[in-house]
Amino acid sequence: MRLSGLQKEVLGLYRQCLRECRKKPQATRQHFQVFARSEFDKNIKVDKRDFAAIEFLLRKGRRQLEIYSSPGVKDIR
Amino acid sequence: MAALRSSSSLLLGAAVSRPALRIAAASPVAVRGMAQLADGATHSSTAAGSQTGAEKQPNLKTFQVYRWNPDTTTEKPRMQSYTLDLNKTGPMVLDALIRIKNELDPTLTFRRSCREGICGSCAMNINGTNTLACLCRIPAEDKAEMKIYPLPHTYVVKDLVPDLTQFYKQYKSIKPYLQRETPAPDGKEYRQSKADRRKLDGLYECILCACCSTSCPSYWWNSEEYLGPAILLQSYRWLADSRDEKTAERRDALNNSMSLYRCHTILNCTRTCPKGLNPGLAIAQIKKEMAF
Repeated sequence: MRLSGLQKEVLGLYRQCLRECRKKPQATRQHFQVFARSEFDKNIKVDKRDFAAIEFLLRKGRRQLEIYSSPGVKDIR
Repeated sequence: MAALRSSSSLLLGAAVSRPALRIAAASPVAVRGMAQLADGATHSSTAAGSQTGAEKQPNLKTFQVYRWNPDTTTEKPRMQSYTLDLNKTGPMVLDALIRIKNELDPTLTFRRSCREGICGSCAMNINGTNTLACLCRIPAEDKAEMKIYPLPHTYVVKDLVPDLTQFYKQYKSIKPYLQRETPAPDGKEYRQSKADRRKLDGLYECILCACCSTSCPSYWWNSEEYLGPAILLQSYRWLADSRDEKTAERRDALNNSMSLYRCHTILNCTRTCPKGLNPGLAIAQIKKEMAF
């Protein structure tokens, strides 16, 4: 299946999230992965043609990623 | 320096906004409006209702406010109308917004703090002009609806709250603080002649409300790289400071095609500045300094 640019960006963001998870301590890594997955699952029902909503969620996701990827964050619940 | 302010904005600033502020503080109408606001919570939320009896004809005015809630992402932004009785409202748009939030719709979101044009929190687009809601009078005679939007070309956080992260990041990038290696000759303060101090007038008053930057078409299209009038005005404030010793470095940082030279003297910045400053002239001064 060919993906649109926006879909690629969403997938890219998810992969980036997973990659950041790997930098977290072994013990809590699972929590981060589950959290990232759940954040994406929350908006799984957004229509793929609803560009404004997806772009907003992408921006929000990037901001969240930036915050959670700082080394000070060690665990997430 | 008086020359740094455009004559028209100075006139505007002196003749409209300053006395307007004073009236807001002193006139009995405004005080009554505040009192009404305070006990409005105990009354019903019909702001347009005749609580004070038939002593005065209600002076109704409709405000159309941009609404968008990030929690319901799939919903489109919409305009919502609120009708207020101006006899019971303070004179400024911010008074009306606060009253709407208190009495009609507590979900309305906007930033505000000082209500006197000193903090720059309540910058928004009112009837097509970027300005501070606390310095913008509600035209009393004009019966037309007022339209209130967030600052143009900014990402919206919620309702009238814009996301200024990029703006603050750019402000940080110009190093807005005194850079100096040599200690003061008397070991106490960095002194400055009166003439040198006068160079900073018309620059230091900027409150970084982002009205000018978000009114600049050039900034709309290049906000990633072009610094925008507000930040360039601040840049010039540090370039012009006689106590700063890193002037050459500051100039070097601006010496590329994007940071400074995306200014095409459209002068929307000067026209819109709610403090009556002239970012256009400050940018022109930087360009002049860089040319020689």
